[in-house]
Amino acid sequence: MRVKDRTGKAVIYLLLVLGAVLMLMPFYYMISTSLKGPEDIYVNRLVWIPSRLVWKNYVTAWRSEPYFGRYFVNSAFIATVTTLAQLATSALAAYAFSSFSFWGKETLFMLLLGTMMIPSQVTLVPNYAIIAKLGWIDTYAALIVPFAASVFGIFIMRQFFQTIPLELWDAAQIDGCGRFRYLWSVMVPLSRPVFITSGLFTFIGGWNSFLWPLIVTNTPKLRTIQVGLSQFNQEFGTKPDLLMAASTVAIAPLLVLFFVAQKHLIQGIAHTGLKS
Amino acid sequence: MSARRARRKLVRDTLEAYLYLAPALAILLVFHFFPAFYAAWISFFNTNLISRWRWVGLGNYMELLRDRDFMQSVRNTVIYVLGTVPVGMAISLAVAILLNRPLRGRAALRTAYFMPYVTPVVAISIVWTWIYKEDATGLLNAMLAWFGVKEQAWRLDPKWAMFALCLMSVWKSLGYNMVIFLAGLQNIPQEYYEAALIDGARGWSMFSKITWPLLSPTTYFVGIMSVIGSFQVFTQVYVLWPSSLGGPLGTTKVVVRYLYEMGWNSFRFGYAAAIGYALFAIIFVLTLVQRKVVGSRVHYQ
Repeated sequence: MRVKDRTGKAVIYLLLVLGAVLMLMPFYYMISTSLKGPEDIYVNRLVWIPSRLVWKNYVTAWRSEPYFGRYFVNSAFIATVTTLAQLATSALAAYAFSSFSFWGKETLFMLLLGTMMIPSQVTLVPNYAIIAKLGWIDTYAALIVPFAASVFGIFIMRQFFQTIPLELWDAAQIDGCGRFRYLWSVMVPLSRPVFITSGLFTFIGGWNSFLWPLIVTNTPKLRTIQVGLSQFNQEFGTKPDLLMAASTVAIAPLLVLFFVAQKHLIQGIAHTGLKS
Repeated sequence: MSARRARRKLVRDTLEAYLYLAPALAILLVFHFFPAFYAAWISFFNTNLISRWRWVGLGNYMELLRDRDFMQSVRNTVIYVLGTVPVGMAISLAVAILLNRPLRGRAALRTAYFMPYVTPVVAISIVWTWIYKEDATGLLNAMLAWFGVKEQAWRLDPKWAMFALCLMSVWKSLGYNMVIFLAGLQNIPQEYYEAALIDGARGWSMFSKITWPLLSPTTYFVGIMSVIGSFQVFTQVYVLWPSSLGGPLGTTKVVVRYLYEMGWNSFRFGYAAAIGYALFAIIFVLTLVQRKVVGSRVHYQ
Protein backbone atom coordinates (compact mmCIF):
# COMPACT_ATOMS: atom_id res chain seq x y z
CA MET A 1 0.00 0.00 0.00
CA ARG A 2 2.67 2.47 1.04
CA VAL A 3 4.86 1.61 -1.91
CA LYS A 4 1.89 1.81 -4.26
CA ASP A 5 1.05 5.24 -2.89
CA ARG A 6 4.54 6.43 -3.38
CA THR A 7 4.87 5.18 -6.95
CA GLY A 8 1.47 6.67 -7.67
CA LYS A 9 2.69 10.01 -6.46
CA ALA A 10 5.85 9.72 -8.50
CA VAL A 11 3.86 8.98 -11.65
CA ILE A 12 1.61 12.00 -11.05
CA TYR A 13 4.65 14.14 -10.47
CA LEU A 14 6.32 12.91 -13.61
CA LEU A 15 3.20 13.56 -15.69
CA LEU A 16 2.78 17.07 -14.32
CA VAL A 17 6.41 18.00 -14.82
CA LEU A 18 6.42 16.56 -18.34
CA GLY A 19 3.29 18.55 -19.15
CA ALA A 20 4.80 21.70 -17.69
CA VAL A 21 7.92 21.25 -19.79
CA LEU A 22 5.78 20.90 -22.91
CA MET A 23 3.83 24.02 -21.96
CA LEU A 24 7.02 26.02 -21.52
CA MET A 25 8.70 24.66 -24.64
CA PRO A 26 7.41 27.39 -26.99
CA PHE A 27 8.82 30.03 -24.65
CA TYR A 28 12.17 28.30 -24.57
CA TYR A 29 12.12 28.00 -28.35
CA MET A 30 11.28 31.70 -28.69
CA ILE A 31 13.98 32.95 -26.35
CA SER A 32 16.70 30.56 -27.54
CA THR A 33 16.00 31.35 -31.20
CA SER A 34 16.03 35.06 -30.48
CA LEU A 35 19.63 34.66 -29.30
CA LYS A 36 20.93 32.46 -32.12
CA GLY A 37 23.48 33.46 -34.70
CA PRO A 38 22.98 32.60 -38.38
CA GLU A 39 25.17 29.51 -38.02
CA ASP A 40 22.62 28.05 -35.60
CA ILE A 41 19.59 29.01 -37.65
CA TYR A 42 20.41 28.25 -41.25
CA VAL A 43 21.27 24.61 -40.72
CA ASN A 44 19.26 21.52 -41.53
CA ARG A 45 18.36 20.62 -37.95
CA LEU A 46 17.09 22.33 -34.84
CA VAL A 47 19.85 23.68 -32.61
CA TRP A 48 18.60 23.30 -29.05
CA ILE A 49 21.25 25.37 -27.32
CA PRO A 50 22.69 28.36 -29.19
CA SER A 51 26.46 27.96 -29.67
CA ARG A 52 26.83 31.62 -28.75
CA LEU A 53 24.38 34.21 -27.48
CA VAL A 54 23.77 36.94 -30.03
CA TRP A 55 22.18 39.74 -28.03
CA LYS A 56 22.60 41.97 -31.04
CA ASN A 57 19.50 40.37 -32.59
CA TYR A 58 17.42 42.50 -30.28
CA VAL A 59 19.11 45.67 -31.45
CA THR A 60 18.75 44.64 -35.08
CA ALA A 61 15.08 43.79 -34.67
CA TRP A 62 14.44 47.05 -32.87
CA ARG A 63 16.25 49.05 -35.56
CA SER A 64 14.71 47.29 -38.54
CA GLU A 65 11.33 48.63 -37.59
CA PRO A 66 11.76 52.34 -36.94
CA TYR A 67 8.41 52.62 -35.18
CA PHE A 68 8.83 49.82 -32.63
CA GLY A 69 9.38 52.25 -29.80
CA ARG A 70 6.31 54.11 -30.82
CA TYR A 71 4.21 50.90 -30.96
CA PHE A 72 5.36 50.09 -27.48
CA VAL A 73 4.49 53.48 -26.07
CA ASN A 74 1.15 53.41 -27.89
CA SER A 75 0.19 50.06 -26.40
CA ALA A 76 1.29 51.06 -22.92
CA PHE A 77 -0.57 54.36 -23.16
CA ILE A 78 -3.76 52.87 -24.58
CA ALA A 79 -3.86 49.97 -22.14
CA THR A 80 -3.19 52.25 -19.16
CA VAL A 81 -5.73 54.92 -20.03
CA THR A 82 -8.38 52.33 -20.95
CA THR A 83 -7.83 50.57 -17.65
CA LEU A 84 -8.10 53.72 -15.56
CA ALA A 85 -11.14 54.95 -17.44
CA GLN A 86 -12.89 51.61 -17.25
CA LEU A 87 -12.24 51.33 -13.51
CA ALA A 88 -13.63 54.80 -12.98
CA THR A 89 -16.82 54.38 -15.03
CA SER A 90 -17.38 50.91 -13.58
CA ALA A 91 -16.97 52.07 -9.99
CA LEU A 92 -19.38 54.96 -10.48
CA ALA A 93 -22.01 52.79 -12.15
CA ALA A 94 -21.55 49.91 -9.72
CA TYR A 95 -21.98 52.37 -6.86
CA ALA A 96 -25.32 53.49 -8.29
CA PHE A 97 -26.47 49.89 -8.64
CA SER A 98 -25.36 48.80 -5.20
CA SER A 99 -26.21 51.80 -3.05
CA PHE A 100 -29.17 53.63 -4.62
CA SER A 101 -32.75 52.65 -5.13
CA PHE A 102 -33.91 54.35 -8.28
CA TRP A 103 -36.45 54.05 -11.07
CA GLY A 104 -35.61 51.50 -13.70
CA LYS A 105 -32.81 49.88 -11.69
CA GLU A 106 -33.73 46.24 -12.28
CA THR A 107 -34.67 46.77 -15.92
CA LEU A 108 -31.47 48.63 -16.65
CA PHE A 109 -29.37 46.00 -14.98
CA MET A 110 -31.00 43.17 -16.91
CA LEU A 111 -30.57 45.15 -20.11
CA LEU A 112 -26.88 45.58 -19.43
CA LEU A 113 -26.42 41.90 -18.70
CA GLY A 114 -28.25 41.19 -21.95
CA THR A 115 -25.72 43.17 -23.97
CA MET A 116 -22.99 40.89 -22.59
CA MET A 117 -24.47 38.11 -24.71
CA ILE A 118 -23.64 39.93 -27.94
CA PRO A 119 -20.29 38.86 -29.37
CA SER A 120 -18.01 41.76 -30.24
CA GLN A 121 -17.87 40.63 -33.87
CA VAL A 122 -21.50 41.62 -34.32
CA THR A 123 -20.75 45.20 -33.42
CA LEU A 124 -17.48 45.34 -35.36
CA VAL A 125 -18.91 46.82 -38.56
CA PRO A 126 -21.31 49.32 -36.94
CA ASN A 127 -18.65 50.44 -34.47
CA TYR A 128 -16.26 50.99 -37.33
CA ALA A 129 -18.94 53.02 -39.09
CA ILE A 130 -19.51 55.08 -35.94
CA ILE A 131 -15.80 55.70 -35.45
CA ALA A 132 -15.49 56.74 -39.09
CA LYS A 133 -18.46 59.10 -38.75
CA LEU A 134 -16.94 60.66 -35.67
CA GLY A 135 -13.74 61.20 -37.66
CA TRP A 136 -11.85 59.08 -35.15
CA ILE A 137 -10.02 56.75 -37.55
CA ASP A 138 -6.33 56.97 -36.68
CA THR A 139 -6.85 58.56 -33.29
CA TYR A 140 -6.21 57.39 -29.75
CA ALA A 141 -9.88 58.04 -29.02
CA ALA A 142 -10.88 55.22 -31.36
CA LEU A 143 -8.62 52.84 -29.46
CA ILE A 144 -9.66 53.94 -25.98
CA VAL A 145 -13.19 55.36 -25.75
CA PRO A 146 -15.19 52.27 -26.87
CA PHE A 147 -13.50 50.27 -24.09
CA ALA A 148 -13.75 52.92 -21.40
CA ALA A 149 -16.79 51.16 -19.97
CA SER A 150 -17.58 47.49 -19.59
CA VAL A 151 -20.66 45.65 -18.43
CA PHE A 152 -18.53 42.92 -16.95
CA GLY A 153 -16.48 45.49 -15.04
CA ILE A 154 -19.64 47.02 -13.60
CA PHE A 155 -20.98 43.59 -12.78
CA ILE A 156 -18.03 42.31 -10.76
CA MET A 157 -17.61 45.62 -8.99
CA ARG A 158 -21.25 45.66 -8.01
CA GLN A 159 -20.85 42.13 -6.64
CA PHE A 160 -18.06 43.38 -4.42
CA PHE A 161 -19.72 46.63 -3.36
CA GLN A 162 -22.75 44.67 -2.19
CA THR A 163 -20.64 42.85 0.37
CA ILE A 164 -19.72 46.10 2.13
CA PRO A 165 -22.06 46.48 5.12
CA LEU A 166 -24.65 49.28 4.89
CA GLU A 167 -23.94 50.25 8.51
CA LEU A 168 -20.75 51.87 7.28
CA TRP A 169 -22.78 54.23 5.14
CA ASP A 170 -25.11 55.02 8.04
CA ALA A 171 -22.15 55.82 10.24
CA ALA A 172 -20.52 57.93 7.54
CA GLN A 173 -23.75 59.87 7.07
CA ILE A 174 -23.84 60.76 10.75
CA ASP A 175 -20.33 62.14 10.33
CA GLY A 176 -21.64 64.31 7.52
CA CYS A 177 -20.02 62.38 4.71
CA GLY A 178 -21.52 62.90 1.27
CA ARG A 179 -22.18 60.14 -1.22
CA PHE A 180 -19.30 60.79 -3.54
CA ARG A 181 -16.86 61.15 -0.68
CA TYR A 182 -18.13 57.89 0.74
CA LEU A 183 -17.47 56.15 -2.56
CA TRP A 184 -14.03 57.65 -2.90
CA SER A 185 -12.74 57.34 0.64
CA VAL A 186 -14.55 54.25 1.94
CA MET A 187 -15.81 52.01 -0.86
CA VAL A 188 -12.82 52.30 -3.20
CA PRO A 189 -10.14 51.58 -0.58
CA LEU A 190 -12.19 48.68 0.77
CA SER A 191 -12.56 47.24 -2.71
CA ARG A 192 -8.89 47.25 -3.59
CA PRO A 193 -8.76 43.57 -4.56
CA VAL A 194 -11.50 43.90 -7.15
CA PHE A 195 -9.90 47.04 -8.57
CA ILE A 196 -6.60 45.24 -8.94
CA THR A 197 -8.08 42.14 -10.56
CA SER A 198 -10.41 44.00 -12.87
CA GLY A 199 -7.68 46.46 -13.77
CA LEU A 200 -5.22 43.69 -14.55
CA PHE A 201 -7.61 41.98 -16.92
CA THR A 202 -8.45 45.21 -18.69
CA PHE A 203 -4.78 46.03 -19.06
CA ILE A 204 -3.92 42.59 -20.44
CA GLY A 205 -6.90 42.79 -22.78
CA GLY A 206 -5.79 46.21 -23.99
CA TRP A 207 -2.19 45.16 -24.51
CA ASN A 208 -3.19 42.00 -26.36
CA SER A 209 -6.06 43.35 -28.45
CA PHE A 210 -5.59 43.00 -32.15
CA LEU A 211 -8.62 43.03 -34.44
CA TRP A 212 -9.98 46.40 -33.36
CA PRO A 213 -6.66 48.33 -33.56
CA LEU A 214 -6.02 46.60 -36.88
CA ILE A 215 -9.26 48.03 -38.23
CA VAL A 216 -9.23 51.57 -36.90
CA THR A 217 -5.60 52.50 -37.47
CA ASN A 218 -3.73 52.95 -40.72
CA THR A 219 -0.70 55.06 -39.88
CA PRO A 220 2.29 53.47 -38.14
CA LYS A 221 2.18 56.32 -35.65
CA LEU A 222 -0.94 54.92 -34.05
CA ARG A 223 -0.26 51.24 -34.37
CA THR A 224 -0.22 49.12 -31.26
CA ILE A 225 2.53 46.64 -30.55
CA GLN A 226 0.37 43.70 -31.67
CA VAL A 227 -0.55 45.24 -35.00
CA GLY A 228 3.03 46.37 -35.49
CA LEU A 229 4.30 42.90 -34.71
CA SER A 230 1.92 41.32 -37.19
CA GLN A 231 3.16 43.79 -39.82
CA PHE A 232 6.74 42.97 -38.91
CA ASN A 233 5.94 39.28 -39.31
CA GLN A 234 4.74 39.87 -42.85
CA GLU A 235 7.84 41.88 -43.75
CA PHE A 236 10.49 39.79 -42.00
CA GLY A 237 8.76 36.44 -42.27
CA THR A 238 12.00 34.67 -43.17
CA LYS A 239 14.11 35.85 -40.23
CA PRO A 240 13.31 33.76 -37.18
CA ASP A 241 15.98 35.38 -34.99
CA LEU A 242 14.53 38.87 -35.47
CA LEU A 243 10.94 37.68 -35.24
CA MET A 244 11.60 35.83 -32.01
CA ALA A 245 13.43 38.83 -30.56
CA ALA A 246 10.52 41.09 -31.43
CA SER A 247 8.01 38.58 -30.02
CA THR A 248 10.00 38.27 -26.81
CA VAL A 249 9.95 42.03 -26.41
CA ALA A 250 6.20 42.16 -27.02
CA ILE A 251 5.55 39.39 -24.50
CA ALA A 252 8.02 40.52 -21.83
CA PRO A 253 5.95 43.28 -20.18
CA LEU A 254 3.04 40.93 -19.76
CA LEU A 255 5.16 38.16 -18.33
CA VAL A 256 6.64 40.59 -15.81
CA LEU A 257 3.15 41.76 -14.91
CA PHE A 258 2.05 38.16 -14.67
CA PHE A 259 4.79 37.17 -12.27
CA VAL A 260 4.16 40.20 -10.08
CA ALA A 261 0.38 39.83 -9.98
CA GLN A 262 -0.14 36.13 -10.57
CA LYS A 263 -2.06 35.64 -7.34
CA HIS A 264 -4.64 38.31 -8.20
CA LEU A 265 -5.10 37.02 -11.73
CA ILE A 266 -5.66 33.44 -10.70
CA GLN A 267 -7.97 34.37 -7.85
CA GLY A 268 -9.86 36.67 -10.17
CA ILE A 269 -10.47 33.92 -12.70
CA ALA A 270 -11.39 31.38 -10.05
CA HIS A 271 -13.80 33.84 -8.52
CA THR A 272 -15.59 35.25 -11.55
CA GLY A 273 -15.46 31.89 -13.27
CA LEU A 274 -17.51 30.35 -10.54
CA LYS A 275 -19.80 33.25 -9.83
CA SER A 276 -21.21 33.85 -13.26
CA MET B 1 -41.26 59.11 6.77
CA SER B 2 -44.40 60.22 4.95
CA ALA B 3 -45.24 58.84 1.52
CA ARG B 4 -44.53 62.19 -0.06
CA ARG B 5 -41.13 62.48 1.46
CA ALA B 6 -40.29 58.93 0.43
CA ARG B 7 -41.37 59.75 -3.10
CA ARG B 8 -39.30 62.90 -3.16
CA LYS B 9 -36.30 60.94 -1.95
CA LEU B 10 -36.79 58.41 -4.75
CA VAL B 11 -36.86 61.20 -7.32
CA ARG B 12 -33.71 62.72 -5.88
CA ASP B 13 -32.00 59.35 -5.67
CA THR B 14 -32.97 58.54 -9.23
CA LEU B 15 -31.47 61.75 -10.52
CA GLU B 16 -28.31 61.20 -8.54
CA ALA B 17 -28.04 57.53 -9.54
CA TYR B 18 -28.22 58.37 -13.23
CA LEU B 19 -25.53 60.96 -12.71
CA TYR B 20 -23.26 58.18 -11.45
CA LEU B 21 -24.36 55.90 -14.26
CA ALA B 22 -24.00 58.52 -16.98
CA PRO B 23 -20.37 57.98 -18.07
CA ALA B 24 -20.68 54.20 -18.34
CA LEU B 25 -24.13 54.33 -19.89
CA ALA B 26 -23.11 56.87 -22.51
CA ILE B 27 -20.26 54.68 -23.72
CA LEU B 28 -22.20 51.44 -23.53
CA LEU B 29 -25.14 52.96 -25.38
CA VAL B 30 -23.01 54.32 -28.22
CA PHE B 31 -20.56 51.43 -28.61
CA HIS B 32 -22.48 48.36 -27.43
CA PHE B 33 -26.20 48.80 -27.34
CA PHE B 34 -26.88 50.96 -30.38
CA PRO B 35 -24.41 49.06 -32.66
CA ALA B 36 -26.23 45.79 -31.98
CA PHE B 37 -29.24 47.26 -33.79
CA TYR B 38 -27.26 49.36 -36.21
CA ALA B 39 -25.54 46.14 -37.35
CA ALA B 40 -28.92 44.72 -38.35
CA TRP B 41 -29.70 47.90 -40.27
CA ILE B 42 -26.37 47.86 -42.12
CA SER B 43 -26.86 44.19 -42.97
CA PHE B 44 -29.87 45.16 -45.11
CA PHE B 45 -27.67 47.20 -47.44
CA ASN B 46 -25.08 46.68 -50.10
CA THR B 47 -22.69 49.26 -48.74
CA ASN B 48 -19.08 50.35 -48.49
CA LEU B 49 -20.16 52.70 -45.66
CA ILE B 50 -19.16 55.74 -47.72
CA SER B 51 -20.74 56.33 -51.09
CA ARG B 52 -22.65 53.15 -51.81
CA TRP B 53 -25.82 52.46 -49.78
CA ARG B 54 -28.13 50.19 -51.77
CA TRP B 55 -31.04 48.60 -49.95
CA VAL B 56 -31.09 44.85 -50.51
CA GLY B 57 -33.44 43.75 -47.74
CA LEU B 58 -32.62 40.20 -46.76
CA GLY B 59 -30.45 39.85 -49.84
CA ASN B 60 -27.21 39.53 -47.89
CA TYR B 61 -28.60 36.71 -45.80
CA MET B 62 -29.88 34.94 -48.90
CA GLU B 63 -26.45 35.26 -50.43
CA LEU B 64 -24.83 33.85 -47.29
CA LEU B 65 -26.81 30.65 -47.66
CA ARG B 66 -25.49 30.22 -51.19
CA ASP B 67 -21.96 31.43 -50.46
CA ARG B 68 -19.65 28.41 -50.55
CA ASP B 69 -16.78 30.29 -48.91
CA PHE B 70 -19.01 31.30 -46.04
CA MET B 71 -20.34 27.79 -45.63
CA GLN B 72 -16.80 26.48 -45.65
CA SER B 73 -15.85 29.00 -42.97
CA VAL B 74 -18.77 27.85 -40.81
CA ARG B 75 -17.77 24.24 -41.31
CA ASN B 76 -14.15 25.01 -40.45
CA THR B 77 -15.18 26.92 -37.35
CA VAL B 78 -17.35 24.03 -36.19
CA ILE B 79 -14.44 21.64 -36.74
CA TYR B 80 -12.23 24.02 -34.80
CA VAL B 81 -14.70 24.14 -31.90
CA LEU B 82 -15.00 20.35 -31.87
CA GLY B 83 -11.23 20.03 -32.12
CA THR B 84 -10.43 22.38 -29.27
CA VAL B 85 -13.22 22.39 -26.70
CA PRO B 86 -13.57 18.70 -25.68
CA VAL B 87 -9.84 17.98 -25.83
CA GLY B 88 -8.95 21.24 -24.12
CA MET B 89 -11.46 20.65 -21.36
CA ALA B 90 -10.35 17.06 -20.80
CA ILE B 91 -6.68 17.99 -20.54
CA SER B 92 -7.27 20.99 -18.30
CA LEU B 93 -9.53 18.94 -16.03
CA ALA B 94 -6.91 16.18 -15.84
CA VAL B 95 -4.18 18.66 -14.97
CA ALA B 96 -6.42 20.34 -12.40
CA ILE B 97 -7.20 17.01 -10.72
CA LEU B 98 -3.53 16.05 -10.62
CA LEU B 99 -2.60 19.48 -9.28
CA ASN B 100 -5.36 19.51 -6.69
CA ARG B 101 -3.30 17.94 -3.92
CA PRO B 102 -0.44 18.98 -1.72
CA LEU B 103 2.62 18.71 -3.94
CA ARG B 104 6.00 20.28 -3.67
CA GLY B 105 6.39 22.94 -6.35
CA ARG B 106 2.66 23.06 -6.98
CA ALA B 107 2.63 26.84 -7.49
CA ALA B 108 5.49 26.66 -9.97
CA LEU B 109 3.71 23.95 -11.95
CA ARG B 110 0.51 25.95 -11.99
CA THR B 111 2.43 28.97 -13.25
CA ALA B 112 3.89 26.91 -16.10
CA TYR B 113 0.44 25.77 -17.24
CA PHE B 114 -1.08 29.20 -16.86
CA MET B 115 1.60 31.28 -18.57
CA PRO B 116 0.46 30.85 -22.19
CA TYR B 117 -2.90 32.32 -21.30
CA VAL B 118 -1.53 35.81 -20.58
CA THR B 119 0.76 36.01 -23.61
CA PRO B 120 -0.42 38.03 -26.62
CA VAL B 121 -1.88 35.89 -29.39
CA VAL B 122 0.01 37.72 -32.15
CA ALA B 123 3.44 37.19 -30.63
CA ILE B 124 2.76 33.61 -29.71
CA SER B 125 1.31 32.81 -33.14
CA ILE B 126 4.55 34.02 -34.70
CA VAL B 127 6.42 31.65 -32.41
CA TRP B 128 4.15 28.75 -33.39
CA THR B 129 4.61 29.57 -37.06
CA TRP B 130 8.22 28.50 -36.57
CA ILE B 131 7.40 25.62 -34.26
CA TYR B 132 5.38 24.25 -37.18
CA LYS B 133 8.20 24.73 -39.70
CA GLU B 134 8.05 22.00 -42.32
CA ASP B 135 11.69 20.87 -42.09
CA ALA B 136 13.83 19.48 -39.29
CA THR B 137 14.41 22.94 -37.82
CA GLY B 138 10.79 23.10 -36.68
CA LEU B 139 10.38 22.39 -32.98
CA LEU B 140 7.45 20.02 -33.45
CA ASN B 141 9.24 18.02 -36.14
CA ALA B 142 12.42 17.93 -34.04
CA MET B 143 10.54 16.58 -31.03
CA LEU B 144 8.50 14.07 -32.98
CA ALA B 145 11.67 12.84 -34.65
CA TRP B 146 12.62 11.29 -31.29
CA PHE B 147 9.69 8.96 -31.77
CA GLY B 148 10.49 8.32 -35.38
CA VAL B 149 7.68 10.46 -36.77
CA LYS B 150 8.37 11.78 -40.23
CA GLU B 151 8.60 15.53 -40.86
CA GLN B 152 5.32 17.19 -41.71
CA ALA B 153 4.41 20.61 -43.03
CA TRP B 154 2.09 21.23 -40.10
CA ARG B 155 1.10 24.71 -41.16
CA LEU B 156 1.19 24.39 -44.92
CA ASP B 157 -0.25 20.95 -45.50
CA PRO B 158 -4.05 21.09 -45.82
CA LYS B 159 -4.15 17.77 -44.01
CA TRP B 160 -2.53 19.27 -40.90
CA ALA B 161 -3.38 22.98 -40.91
CA MET B 162 -6.52 22.65 -38.81
CA PHE B 163 -4.71 20.37 -36.39
CA ALA B 164 -1.97 22.97 -36.06
CA LEU B 165 -4.53 25.68 -35.30
CA CYS B 166 -6.29 23.52 -32.70
CA LEU B 167 -3.08 22.40 -31.01
CA MET B 168 -1.89 25.95 -30.51
CA SER B 169 -5.27 27.10 -29.22
CA VAL B 170 -5.52 24.24 -26.73
CA TRP B 171 -2.05 25.09 -25.48
CA LYS B 172 -3.01 28.74 -25.12
CA SER B 173 -6.25 28.36 -23.18
CA LEU B 174 -5.47 25.27 -21.13
CA GLY B 175 -4.25 27.25 -18.12
CA TYR B 176 -7.35 29.40 -17.90
CA ASN B 177 -9.70 26.43 -17.82
CA MET B 178 -7.39 24.63 -15.41
CA VAL B 179 -7.64 27.51 -12.92
CA ILE B 180 -11.45 27.45 -13.08
CA PHE B 181 -11.48 23.68 -12.65
CA LEU B 182 -9.10 23.95 -9.70
CA ALA B 183 -11.44 26.42 -8.03
CA GLY B 184 -14.37 24.10 -8.71
CA LEU B 185 -12.53 21.13 -7.27
CA GLN B 186 -11.72 23.06 -4.14
CA ASN B 187 -15.42 23.75 -3.68
CA ILE B 188 -16.22 20.05 -3.30
CA PRO B 189 -16.44 19.28 0.41
CA GLN B 190 -13.65 16.98 1.55
CA GLU B 191 -16.09 14.95 3.68
CA TYR B 192 -17.58 13.33 0.59
CA TYR B 193 -14.23 11.88 -0.32
CA GLU B 194 -13.60 10.71 3.20
CA ALA B 195 -16.98 9.01 3.36
CA ALA B 196 -16.45 7.36 0.00
CA LEU B 197 -13.01 6.20 1.06
CA ILE B 198 -14.55 4.43 4.06
CA ASP B 199 -17.06 2.80 1.71
CA GLY B 200 -14.14 1.46 -0.26
CA ALA B 201 -14.31 3.75 -3.29
CA ARG B 202 -11.04 4.32 -5.14
CA GLY B 203 -9.67 6.10 -8.18
CA TRP B 204 -12.14 5.93 -11.00
CA SER B 205 -15.30 5.33 -9.00
CA MET B 206 -14.31 8.21 -6.74
CA PHE B 207 -14.07 10.41 -9.81
CA SER B 208 -17.25 9.24 -11.52
CA LYS B 209 -19.42 9.17 -8.39
CA ILE B 210 -18.22 12.30 -6.60
CA THR B 211 -15.90 14.58 -8.55
CA TRP B 212 -17.67 14.51 -11.90
CA PRO B 213 -21.26 15.14 -10.68
CA LEU B 214 -20.26 17.72 -8.09
CA LEU B 215 -18.02 19.50 -10.56
CA SER B 216 -20.73 19.65 -13.22
CA PRO B 217 -21.65 23.34 -12.70
CA THR B 218 -18.00 24.24 -13.33
CA THR B 219 -17.71 21.91 -16.30
CA TYR B 220 -20.88 23.38 -17.75
CA PHE B 221 -19.60 26.91 -17.32
CA VAL B 222 -16.21 26.13 -18.85
CA GLY B 223 -17.94 24.33 -21.72
CA ILE B 224 -20.24 27.22 -22.60
CA MET B 225 -17.50 29.83 -22.32
CA SER B 226 -15.10 27.75 -24.41
CA VAL B 227 -17.64 27.19 -27.17
CA ILE B 228 -18.51 30.89 -27.31
CA GLY B 229 -14.84 31.89 -27.30
CA SER B 230 -13.84 29.32 -29.91
CA PHE B 231 -16.47 30.47 -32.37
CA GLN B 232 -14.85 33.91 -32.31
CA VAL B 233 -11.35 32.73 -33.22
CA PHE B 234 -9.53 35.16 -35.50
CA THR B 235 -6.08 36.37 -34.53
CA GLN B 236 -4.32 32.98 -34.62
CA VAL B 237 -5.60 32.36 -38.13
CA TYR B 238 -4.66 35.83 -39.29
CA VAL B 239 -1.09 35.55 -38.02
CA LEU B 240 -0.38 31.90 -38.76
CA TRP B 241 -1.51 32.28 -42.37
CA PRO B 242 -0.85 35.93 -43.19
CA SER B 243 -0.83 35.67 -46.95
CA SER B 244 -4.08 33.83 -47.48
CA LEU B 245 -7.64 33.83 -46.32
CA GLY B 246 -6.73 31.14 -43.86
CA GLY B 247 -4.73 28.04 -44.37
CA PRO B 248 -3.84 26.03 -47.44
CA LEU B 249 -6.95 25.54 -49.61
CA GLY B 250 -8.94 27.52 -47.08
CA THR B 251 -8.75 24.71 -44.54
CA THR B 252 -8.52 27.13 -41.64
CA LYS B 253 -10.64 29.91 -43.00
CA VAL B 254 -12.92 30.67 -40.04
CA VAL B 255 -16.04 32.84 -39.82
CA VAL B 256 -14.49 35.95 -38.29
CA ARG B 257 -11.57 35.80 -40.72
CA TYR B 258 -14.10 35.75 -43.54
CA LEU B 259 -16.04 38.61 -41.96
CA TYR B 260 -12.87 40.68 -41.83
CA GLU B 261 -12.09 39.79 -45.43
CA MET B 262 -15.53 40.81 -46.68
CA GLY B 263 -15.50 44.07 -44.73
CA TRP B 264 -12.00 45.45 -44.78
CA ASN B 265 -10.65 43.94 -47.97
CA SER B 266 -13.70 43.72 -50.21
CA PHE B 267 -15.50 46.73 -48.68
CA ARG B 268 -18.77 44.83 -48.52
CA PHE B 269 -19.74 46.01 -45.07
CA GLY B 270 -23.40 45.08 -45.36
CA TYR B 271 -22.37 41.53 -46.11
CA ALA B 272 -19.83 41.56 -43.27
CA ALA B 273 -22.53 42.78 -40.87
CA ALA B 274 -24.76 39.92 -41.99
CA ILE B 275 -21.92 37.47 -41.28
CA GLY B 276 -21.62 38.96 -37.80
CA TYR B 277 -25.31 38.39 -37.19
CA ALA B 278 -25.14 34.87 -38.56
CA LEU B 279 -22.30 34.13 -36.13
CA PHE B 280 -24.35 35.58 -33.30
CA ALA B 281 -27.31 33.42 -34.28
CA ILE B 282 -25.16 30.28 -34.36
CA ILE B 283 -23.64 31.01 -30.95
CA PHE B 284 -27.03 31.90 -29.49
CA VAL B 285 -28.74 28.74 -30.71
CA LEU B 286 -25.85 26.55 -29.56
CA THR B 287 -25.90 28.13 -26.11
CA LEU B 288 -29.62 27.45 -25.85
CA VAL B 289 -29.10 23.86 -26.97
CA GLN B 290 -26.30 23.41 -24.46
CA ARG B 291 -28.58 24.79 -21.80
CA LYS B 292 -31.39 22.40 -22.70
CA VAL B 293 -29.33 19.29 -23.25
CA VAL B 294 -26.43 19.66 -20.84
CA GLY B 295 -27.92 22.15 -18.40
CA SER B 296 -30.59 19.71 -17.22
CA ARG B 297 -27.91 17.25 -16.17
CA VAL B 298 -25.95 19.77 -14.17
CA HIS B 299 -25.97 18.86 -10.52
CA TYR B 300 -26.11 21.87 -8.21
CA GLN B 301 -25.26 21.20 -4.61
